[in-house]
Amino acid sequence: MNTELGKTPLIEVMNLTKKFHDLKALDDISVKIYEGDVVFVIGPSGSGKSTFLRCLNRLEESTGGKILFEGIDITDEKCDIDLHRQKMGMVFQQFNLFPHMTILKNLTIGPQKLQNKTKEAAEAEAMRLLERVGLADRAQAYPSQLSGGQKQRIAIVRALCMKPDVMLFDEPTSALDPEMVGEVLAVMRDLAEEKMTMVVVTHEMGFAKEVATRVIFMADGKIMEENEPGQFFEHPESERLKNFLSKVL
Amino acid sequence: MFEKLMNSFLHNFIEEERWKYIADGLFVTLQVTFFAVILGIFLGFLVAMVRSTYDKTGKLKLLNFFCNLYLTVIRGTPVVVQLLITYFVIFGSVNIDKVLVAVIAFGFNSGAYVAEIIRGGIMSVDQGQFEAGRSLGFSYFRTMIYIILPQALKNVLPALANEFIVLLKETSVAGYIALQDLTKGGDIIRSRTYDAFMPLIAVAVIYLLMVMLFNYFVKQLERRLRNSEH
Repeated sequence: MNTELGKTPLIEVMNLTKKFHDLKALDDISVKIYEGDVVFVIGPSGSGKSTFLRCLNRLEESTGGKILFEGIDITDEKCDIDLHRQKMGMVFQQFNLFPHMTILKNLTIGPQKLQNKTKEAAEAEAMRLLERVGLADRAQAYPSQLSGGQKQRIAIVRALCMKPDVMLFDEPTSALDPEMVGEVLAVMRDLAEEKMTMVVVTHEMGFAKEVATRVIFMADGKIMEENEPGQFFEHPESERLKNFLSKVL
Repeated sequence: MFEKLMNSFLHNFIEEERWKYIADGLFVTLQVTFFAVILGIFLGFLVAMVRSTYDKTGKLKLLNFFCNLYLTVIRGTPVVVQLLITYFVIFGSVNIDKVLVAVIAFGFNSGAYVAEIIRGGIMSVDQGQFEAGRSLGFSYFRTMIYIILPQALKNVLPALANEFIVLLKETSVAGYIALQDLTKGGDIIRSRTYDAFMPLIAVAVIYLLMVMLFNYFVKQLERRLRNSEH
């Protein structure tokens, strides 16, 4: 873990609040995420964990507090969020691949249009990453020709092609058939082993226990408990977490 | 019977080169339709962008207001009235080509319908597509161009094609400002020969053929688009 004192966090969330009308979806959230951290966020549905994740790259606008990303306050209206988003890869529950483009085009459109890479360079990098997730032979296919597990692996690669500093995962396996969960988790495990900084919202408790450097438990828009995975799962402190774990484990 | 038809044909189209009314009229109709379609797409596209941006983000409030006003007025009044107002009120005091007047009137009319079609297409694309584009770092505008619009336009192609067919037929009221389009051409022949059947049926057949030809091309295009989708 890289949580030693004196190091500046990659992402520092300070007193983040998000209100939907009268409902507090996020209530005074503060988290520090350091380079190489693999932070898992778990909690019951409606706890605000997805909202929290989506606030990190401002797909959801927070209503209070600050988020420092690489030292810059990205909740500031004046900052160019599009620039920072390039450094934050995001993977969605529903994959959200672009159906009108081939896989290769899905992977290269970002680097080509946003990072001014040549077509050749972008495609070479995309093919290298496709090779790694075992889908190089599907480069010319369209998303609708792939299985759910394949789509999600492609979605991960699409985010990686932008060379992000952090990867955000929003329930990446929740929409998958059970037999396809493994292949997606394998790719995520590889990423974690390479010290990619990751924030993962998931219901895969076993995977969290195995891969996380830190686990956060959220309920009612608040962080109820935060610990390293061993302690978190073996010796939960709060009643809420004990209760939750007894239901899902 | 056949001889009678033949005589009628000669009388209506060949004598005094009356076929030229049809040919010239057809040219005017095609001209007006073609440029009105272009103007309509351009306007419709702009209005759709403003309206869907407002729907999605709440920005462009003032522009959205004017777009709404435009849609309400155009869709709430008959096209003939719009054409007459354009000619006699807006351009009443200037000497202007009637073809241009018709292009402007029909273009602005069509733009309103095209706008709502395209907006419907944009709103029908899954919000997740939008988020995926933005999360890669694309701006709102570039997400629209690269990701949303290609999908939206494909979805609304049949509706757009239908709108252009409607427009082609709607230009037949251009005679109200004494523009000699296809319909007017046929009507002029009728007033010369006192024979209604031959010239008007000819006009109807020409419209029908144009629409069928256009439909055929649209079907081809749709099939090609479907093939690229898999």
